[in-house]
Amino acid sequence: MSARLIPDPIEAGIAKGWKIVDGATLDADRTLEADVVIIGSGAGGGVTAEILARSGLSVIVVEEGALRSSRDFKMREAEAYPSLYQESAARKTLDKGINILQGRTVGGSTTVNWTSSFRTPAATLDWWRRHYALPEATPDAMAPWFAMMEARLHISDWSGAPNENNDVLRRGARKLGIPTGLIRRNVNGCWNLGYCGMGCPTNAKQSMLVTTIPAALEHGATLVTRARAERLVAKGGRIGLLECRALDAAGVYPTGRLLRLHARHYVLAGGAINSPALLLRSKAPDPSGLLGKRTFLHPTVISTAFFPQRVEAWAGAPQTVYSDHFLAGAFEGPMGYKLEAPPLHPLLLATTMSGFGDTHAAMMRDFPHLSGMLALLRDGFHEGAPGGTVRLRADGSPELDYPMSDYLWDGARRALLTMAEIQFAAGAHGVQPAHEMARRYTSWQEAKAAIAALPQGLQRTRVASAHVMGGCAMAGDERLGVVAPSGRYRGLDNLSVHDGSLFPTSIGANPQLSIYGLTAKLASGLAQELTGRPAARLAA
Amino acid sequence: MGTSRRTFLKAGGLAALALAAGGALYRATRLEAPHRFALDGEARAALHAIAPAILAGALPQRQGREAALASAIDGVHAAILGLPPATQKEVQDLFGLLALAPARRLLTGVSGGWEHARPEEVSAFLQDWRLHRLGLLRSAYHALHDLVLGAWYAQPANWPATGYPGPMKELS
Repeated sequence: MSARLIPDPIEAGIAKGWKIVDGATLDADRTLEADVVIIGSGAGGGVTAEILARSGLSVIVVEEGALRSSRDFKMREAEAYPSLYQESAARKTLDKGINILQGRTVGGSTTVNWTSSFRTPAATLDWWRRHYALPEATPDAMAPWFAMMEARLHISDWSGAPNENNDVLRRGARKLGIPTGLIRRNVNGCWNLGYCGMGCPTNAKQSMLVTTIPAALEHGATLVTRARAERLVAKGGRIGLLECRALDAAGVYPTGRLLRLHARHYVLAGGAINSPALLLRSKAPDPSGLLGKRTFLHPTVISTAFFPQRVEAWAGAPQTVYSDHFLAGAFEGPMGYKLEAPPLHPLLLATTMSGFGDTHAAMMRDFPHLSGMLALLRDGFHEGAPGGTVRLRADGSPELDYPMSDYLWDGARRALLTMAEIQFAAGAHGVQPAHEMARRYTSWQEAKAAIAALPQGLQRTRVASAHVMGGCAMAGDERLGVVAPSGRYRGLDNLSVHDGSLFPTSIGANPQLSIYGLTAKLASGLAQELTGRPAARLAA
Repeated sequence: MGTSRRTFLKAGGLAALALAAGGALYRATRLEAPHRFALDGEARAALHAIAPAILAGALPQRQGREAALASAIDGVHAAILGLPPATQKEVQDLFGLLALAPARRLLTGVSGGWEHARPEEVSAFLQDWRLHRLGLLRSAYHALHDLVLGAWYAQPANWPATGYPGPMKELS
């Protein structure tokens, strides 16, 4: 029924003859060739694909996940997590301390993110300019690229009222004199359903799946899906081949079929865990010694609150209110954090909240009255938050070792206190942090004393991440970064990196627009180098 | 139960060794293709005993209880099969350990087989693992917590009890 109700642009494109190779259906090995092979179809890969394809280059985009579209997006977690996320949305750090949400489908994380769109904060750019020899890391220099991508992806103010889950943050913060702002969103004709995290069923979200990837395909690009980039093969400092393994329909096991992709140039855009991992598997040169190092997560802690009125945190635009009040301190000081609201859905709520048996079941019965708040810890700016390291397991799959430091745990505790105070100020009758030893506290006084005494630590405090950044840091000084300011990988002639792994620190905000803006700049430079003509500009 | 729990809590480093060795031993005895998770025999019995403790208060008391439990266990199994091979191997090690009688007695304090485990015994060991000083056991608890509760609340049949109406019918 939904296929009739909502036109499906992917279905229409396939009918029209878009060039798509599905690894799962291959019955023989394949060899393909293009001017440029782009590894990954998320924020960085999508933007790069459209710019290069519109600039007249032949492009192959390789994606590990499957091509899904609005007709597949049924707003059910049981289907969405295994089919659209890395490791069924259960990817974890080495010590199992942090759960990582990352997309694995055409469009990457943009297909499943919550649409929050922030330009890179000025303080972050300024830090990069001063510490990573990146003179163009200024709001003014980046503004045209952000503006171009905002127009392309309909990023604008959200005109709807915040849902109650977000209004809790706005209202409680105002009572306490804490400023908040409204989040801009990349949507066009949004139905305000609240299921962005399971793939937009109405194609309103302007993810790469419905914008740049279709545009690239219209311009003759080839999309290869369910194919895992296994190894870049270089000779004399130049890559001549990318070997990919075709995956089965579920995306779990290789089928045994191989894809060999040849190109003049390669762009790596697999995200900040998979991009360094491919380079490590390929034994790529690493002159700075920083490949896969300084990987950031915005470690995120969560607080739930019980209200007498219905909150229905599953309904409505998921993230519309934020506060940067606690990011205003000096980078040298205690850990800063950004406050936002997460949407609540049954599976994610049930697994995020601690405890089991009767107490857990009682908490779930309050679901319509529960509100969620989260704090993103801004890692990467202080010696106490140096990030993690991407490593390879014995089978070649990547794993992120991200130790939580005392500095981070101190930030976690202060963030849990802040959120509880805001939730009570907004009228909560109870507040429960996502922590194994926490219970539902019934007043700010009680919560304040209890949270101050909660031991913060691994598998005690719930920590999650939806923002993986760094590991292929960009820097003007070759000793400080894996990648040059042009996006070129140091040590291989024909390789660029265009994704969130470029960031030399975390962003301090949801990173999608930072990736769009930066990779639009880098892809435009690359297109000009490869064609000798100015790159195509992207328009709405 | 008090005695066995204290024994269990003292297990310490020995427990960690047992966890690693138990899983490897279990895997070595299996004939299936490597790393593809299998849930059978004592491993299935363990889950059949553990899931009702995690789902207490949510599982129906009488009518439909066995069917609901079976469906949750199938959901856990399906979820594990969707994980990457390296993670399936880790989960296999955990269930392998739970299936080995000496490890079960040492680490969970459940003295007889899983089939005869009392719900209080199971809740007690889960509570111990949950706050245990060994990270390995805490993460094993988290794996069970997330797998069982995830499988339960993934199912539309279990939404009405939470007041969650589910997604818009016209589009889902």
